[in-house]
Amino acid sequence: MTKGEPLIVLDGVNKWFGPLHVLDDVSLSVGRGEVVVVIGPSGSGKSTLCRTINRLEPIDSGTITFDGQPLPAEGKALARLRSEVGMVFQSFNLFAHKTILENVTLGPIKVRGEKPAAARERGLALLDRVGIANQADKFPAQLSGGQQQRAAIARALAMQPKAMLFDEPTSALDPEMVGEVLDVMTSLAREGMTMVVVTHEMGFARHAANRVIFMADGQLVEDAPPAEFFANPRSERARDFLSKILTH
Amino acid sequence: MNVLIDKFDVFAGGFWLTLQLCLLAAIGALLLGALLAVLRISPVPPLRAVGTGYVNVFRNMPLTVVMFFAAFGLPALGSNADFLRIPVIDSLFTRLGTDLPYFRFALIALVLYTAAFVCEALRSGVNAVPAGQAEAARSLGLTFGQNLRYVVLPQSWKASVVPLGSVIIAMIKNSALAGFFGVVGDLSATADQLTGAEGYAFVPVAIGISIGYLIMTVPLGALLDRIEKRQAVAR
Repeated sequence: MTKGEPLIVLDGVNKWFGPLHVLDDVSLSVGRGEVVVVIGPSGSGKSTLCRTINRLEPIDSGTITFDGQPLPAEGKALARLRSEVGMVFQSFNLFAHKTILENVTLGPIKVRGEKPAAARERGLALLDRVGIANQADKFPAQLSGGQQQRAAIARALAMQPKAMLFDEPTSALDPEMVGEVLDVMTSLAREGMTMVVVTHEMGFARHAANRVIFMADGQLVEDAPPAEFFANPRSERARDFLSKILTH
Repeated sequence: MNVLIDKFDVFAGGFWLTLQLCLLAAIGALLLGALLAVLRISPVPPLRAVGTGYVNVFRNMPLTVVMFFAAFGLPALGSNADFLRIPVIDSLFTRLGTDLPYFRFALIALVLYTAAFVCEALRSGVNAVPAGQAEAARSLGLTFGQNLRYVVLPQSWKASVVPLGSVIIAMIKNSALAGFFGVVGDLSATADQLTGAEGYAFVPVAIGISIGYLIMTVPLGALLDRIEKRQAVAR
C-alpha cells in the first residue's frame, strides 16, 4: 500500500514533561495511505506521540518530517501544515458556540478562503457522509457523543487533509456509540486516507490497520502487521499488555 | 438637608464631571486592558512578559501612588498630558469652563490602574474556555489571531462580563480620588468645597455625593445581575 517516500517520518524524537521521559528516542515512518494504530498502556506516550505530529506538543530533540518538510516552528507556516493534517480528539472539541455546519465550514472559509456557499455545500456533503446531515443546524451540546465525534471527523475532513490523526477517538463514548464512529474511520481507511490512530479498540486495530505500534514507557516497543502482532507478540511487555486486555 | 436643594447645581456639576471622567477612563481602560490581555495570552514569550510585568506593577500599586505619579510626575517631566486632547473627543466633553491638566492626569492614572484589572478579568474569561477549543482551532490551521477572534473570544465574553462590570464599578468609586489630586469640581471635590470652603454640615453633603455615585453604580450593578441571570438560563 505504501508508495513513494513516507508521508510522516519521526526520527529520534525525545520529549520530557519535567523529569518524565514521555517519548524516548522514538523513530517511526508512516507511508502514504497507510493506517497505523498505536496501542499501549496509559501513560505510555501514545497520545503525546500523536500530538507531536502536528506540533500540538513541541518536541525536545529529534526531527519530524511531514510530506518531505521538517515541521516548522510556531507561526504561519505551522498553521499551513496543521491545515493539511486533520485531528480528531478524545473529547471531540467541537466549537461550542457554533452549529455543526459552522464547525465544519469555519476552517475552509477562514483558513482556505473558500466561498461560504461552496464551503456549506461541501460541509453538508461531508455531514451526509458521516450520517448526520440532519443535525447540521444544531449546536454540539444537542448531539450525542457519537454524533459529535462524527461531526468532528467531518470538520477535519473538510480541510481535505493529507493525513488524519485520531487521539483516542472512542474513549469518551458510551459503548453503543463506539461502532458508528469506528465505521466512519474504517471507511476512511478503505478509501486510502493516511491515518495514525491511538486507540484501545483492538477490533479496529485487527481489521483496519496496516501496522500496529505498541508503546510502553515512552518507547516504541513493537511495530508489526496486526495479524503478526496479535498472534505472536515479540516482547514480554506486549504479551503482558495483550493478556490483560484480551482475556475479558 | 437644604444644601441638597440650594446647591443642586454644584452637585449636578460634580456628577457630570465625574461621569465624563469615568466614561473616558472606562473606554481607555477597556482598550488598554484588552491589548494587555492579548499580550498576556500570546504565544510570544517577550510579549507575555510585557503584559505580565504591567499587570504586576499596576495591580499591586495603590491608586493614590499612581495618581501622585500622574499629577506630579508628568509635570516634572514637562508634560501637561496635552496628547490626550484628541480633537473630536476634546470638544465633546466640556470641563465646566476650566481646562486644567489635572483632569487629564487623573484620567491617565485611572486608565493605567484599571487596565491591569480589566486585563485580568478578560483573561479569566479566556481561561474559562476549555483548552480543547483552542487546540481544535489550531489543529485546523487557524492562526493565533483567527483563533482568538472566531473561537476563543466569542466564548470567553460570557465568563468575562460580570467580573469586568465589577472592575468598572470599582473604577467609578476610585475616581473619587481625583478630587484630591487637583481635579476641581468632580463629585468628591464638591464635598470638599461645600463642607470646607462654604461651611455646610458634612452629613447632608456626604449623602448628596453618595447619591451621585449610586446613580452611576447601582444601574450598572443591576445590569450585571440581569446578564448573569440570562447566562444561568442559557446554561
